[in-house]
Amino acid sequence: MSAEHTGTAEHTGQPSPPVETSLSVEIWRGRDQGRFETYTVPQRASQTVLDVVTWIQRHAEPALAYRFACRVGVCGSCAMTVNGRPRWTCRTHVSKVADDGRLRIEPLRNLPRIKDLAVDMTPFFEKWQRAQGRFTPTRSRADPLVAVSPDSPARKAADAGIECINCAVCYAACDVVGWDRDYLGPAALNRAWTLVNDERDGDRRGVLKAASSGGGCHSCHSHGSCVEHCPVGINPTAGIAGLKRRSLIDMLGGDLP
Amino acid sequence: MTPARLFLAQRLTALILVPLVLVHLALILVAVEGGLSAAEILDRTRGSAGWAAFYGLFVLAAATHAPIGLRNVIHEHTGWRGRSLEIAMIGLGLLLAGLGLRAVVAVVAP
Repeated sequence: MSAEHTGTAEHTGQPSPPVETSLSVEIWRGRDQGRFETYTVPQRASQTVLDVVTWIQRHAEPALAYRFACRVGVCGSCAMTVNGRPRWTCRTHVSKVADDGRLRIEPLRNLPRIKDLAVDMTPFFEKWQRAQGRFTPTRSRADPLVAVSPDSPARKAADAGIECINCAVCYAACDVVGWDRDYLGPAALNRAWTLVNDERDGDRRGVLKAASSGGGCHSCHSHGSCVEHCPVGINPTAGIAGLKRRSLIDMLGGDLP
Repeated sequence: MTPARLFLAQRLTALILVPLVLVHLALILVAVEGGLSAAEILDRTRGSAGWAAFYGLFVLAAATHAPIGLRNVIHEHTGWRGRSLEIAMIGLGLLLAGLGLRAVVAVVAP
């Protein structure tokens, strides 16, 4: 079932370029039970998917629920499923993803739905904690800074995964997350890998133990969907492979059970 | 057994199985193409420590490898998990080992 909504651009008093083309945008409305509703949205140059959703919320559907904050690809709030793929909508240009002028926008997979395009991120962040994806300090602010060589292999490995914005695109793209509710997912394991390689962390063995326990790195099938979809170009599969390797080495060395 | 140990056991048994399976398949083709009868095959295998070791290792590797993989498949695609699944998979491994070793004994015992 779907409904048709048509809107026009807000009158601002400023001359605006004529709208020559429009987009047909299907948006999921409701929670688990719901329907797609179709909106006609004016197409603009350099328009992002988030621009489209915001236009609909402002001009056609004030009750539409969605989440965003920074609009510039930093906060990781605005991820949605766009034409079947998880994407950061604020940095996704419509011209790159529209299929013959059509968009279908849904909430992220693998997370409980709240309303419309908003999902509950609680399981995502709980798994982050289960993987011990938090820094354990060893010094106070009174101590001098640790000198970390940016050229050391461990620091390079940590740097490769450090720019994660917690958008959950990888979590939504991962088939194993969809199959196995215990699986920690690519983002949490990527974070664990950065900590295992952070010489300042006070409990790296604890991180490795958490990340290689049930539902941890050994559950990854190396499909690579996380790599394919990560908007900031991180390779969580490589980090997870590193966790597998390191946990096996530590296990054989008697340092891990 | 921890996930890391299961992971390692499955990979090591896979490494063992790859050459054994290839030799086994080649052997079937050679035996069939060569027109060997069952009696002629048994003549060659009975009392052979080499074939006993080859197929004994094959059975033990398969009996270790298969339950670990099946456990993962069941864990991911059904709601079955926990202690009962572990016990069932240990049972499957013992069953495969028992049936396989029985067959090996039947072929290699003098």
